[in-house]
Amino acid sequence: MDFAFFLIQLLNGLQYGLLLFLVASGLTLVFGIMGIINLAHGSFYMVGAYLAWSLAGMTGNLATAILLAIPLTVVLGMALERLLFRHLYQRDHLYQVLLTYGLILVFEELRSLIWGDDVHGVAVPALLNASISLTENLSYPVYRLAISGVCLLLAAALYFLIQKTRLGMMIRAGASNRDMVQSLGIDIKLIYTLVFALGIALAAFAGMINAPLSSVFPNMGSSVLIICFVVVVIGGIGSVKGAMAASLMIGLAETFGTVLVPEVAGMIVYVLMAIVLVWRPQGLFGKA
Amino acid sequence: MTETPNASGVPASAADTLLEGSGLHTFYGVSHILHGVDFAVRRGETIGLMGRNGMGKTTLIKTLLGLVRPREGQVRVRGEDMTQAATHAIARRGIAYVPEGRGIFPNLSVRENLVMAARAGVDGRREWDFDRVIQTFPRLGERLANGGAQLSGGEQQMLTIGRALMTNPDLLILDEATEGLAPLIAREIWNIIKTIRASGIATVIVDKNYAAVMALADRSVVLVKGRVVFSGESRELADNEELMHRFLGV
Ligand SMILES: Nc1ncnc2c1ncn2[C@@H]1O[C@H](COP(=O)(O)OP(=O)(O)O)[C@@H](O)[C@H]1O
Ligand SMILES: [Mg+2]
Repeated sequence: MDFAFFLIQLLNGLQYGLLLFLVASGLTLVFGIMGIINLAHGSFYMVGAYLAWSLAGMTGNLATAILLAIPLTVVLGMALERLLFRHLYQRDHLYQVLLTYGLILVFEELRSLIWGDDVHGVAVPALLNASISLTENLSYPVYRLAISGVCLLLAAALYFLIQKTRLGMMIRAGASNRDMVQSLGIDIKLIYTLVFALGIALAAFAGMINAPLSSVFPNMGSSVLIICFVVVVIGGIGSVKGAMAASLMIGLAETFGTVLVPEVAGMIVYVLMAIVLVWRPQGLFGKA
Repeated sequence: MTETPNASGVPASAADTLLEGSGLHTFYGVSHILHGVDFAVRRGETIGLMGRNGMGKTTLIKTLLGLVRPREGQVRVRGEDMTQAATHAIARRGIAYVPEGRGIFPNLSVRENLVMAARAGVDGRREWDFDRVIQTFPRLGERLANGGAQLSGGEQQMLTIGRALMTNPDLLILDEATEGLAPLIAREIWNIIKTIRASGIATVIVDKNYAAVMALADRSVVLVKGRVVFSGESRELADNEELMHRFLGV
């Protein structure tokens, strides 16, 4: 494996990991703060991808499509929190799993009705449709670098929001004592709605920007969902920092595994999870 | 309802009544805890809420704050019916709460515990801000970066009181603020409560140290099994050994 090839795999692994982080951070936030297991989280990734594809078809431009789709997914997230998820906070995880599994089926059915069951490609935006050459015959697509850059920016923004702003302090406080937050005059329900919508929007956004790489197809959320649960478990439930570490670990392990040991590539992620859990049952950054 | 004579016999208007519960019946499941409790706090007033363990003091406070809903009766804040209002809406009308068992956020630093609560008072007052709280509680100033869980019991209590003051309240409710504290630290907390009271903030104090409460409170209210059995000037209660013995066991 020469250096350029290694570099390409490294960039691919990081890009995949960063994208996973966008999806997994919402999952871990919603779990850590509201205590909700949201099996439908992957469906929002799919909704994002389909919205990007269909709006790009209408507007002729992926960037415009994404700008239109983001507010739609935020509104969808807020509406679902108000109508459905809000009623799950105080309930057993079994209710959550049942309802959110049901939601997956609803989303797939709606997707089939609205957009059909075909696979669709999405064009890379013209502006980013270029490659950087690494050696004479190896080059790297600019679009993937752009995805990594955007994901890094969003991760930094998320970190800033949660660690440095008052809203972030309120969000963290809400995870520890909901009644006390309210007693200080803070509308915890509104904060929950915002956190939920943020998580949904991040997952959907990941689906949008990844659509040109992954294309758009039925059930595309389910494999992402499973990997994201692995990320959340490895990183430590509720820990955004842990989600970042675990996403990058999995992104790199899966990418390098696929090229180095393709026979067992499908298992690597789970072996990694098993090792981490034996070593630290609460996950990398989880609280014991 | 709007013209009730206060302790000094001068009629007080509803606007002077910050928080008022009337005819409150509160249940936990099937257990009937509050049996028609009437309770009111006027502007600037200090009230001692007394009663032995399990008599319903905490339940009354939670009912007034909307953390537990009464099955019957009414909660009014500044004259406005807020029986069904959200807790945060009640708190925003100038009421701050130092709960039993403290309720700091252990996953936030001391600084964050304070900063997250900062808010102007009902009339836009910002008398209490981060700097003033740190001046009042210098020990907290030395531990700003510490996690809330790393503080001693007394420091946690100071943090909870400081955090409540950050909301610039007109009424501060302290539920067992000195519980489990060493006498020296407890005295420090009492001094702080005196300072707060002197600054014009109304207070409701629940504490096992009845003598300290009565020395500070304008009025005392005694609960026995969810009923108000005494409501009047603290002096009257303190001077009546028979009442003290029958209701409080001292
Ligand atoms: N969450 C609860 N569920 C059921 N019963 C409770 C609960 N909290 C308090 N109680 C009961 O209500 C009664 C009053 O409790 P509380 O208001 O905490 O009393 P106090 O604050 O005066 O010690 C007690 O008998 C107590 O056991
Ligand atoms: Mg109590």
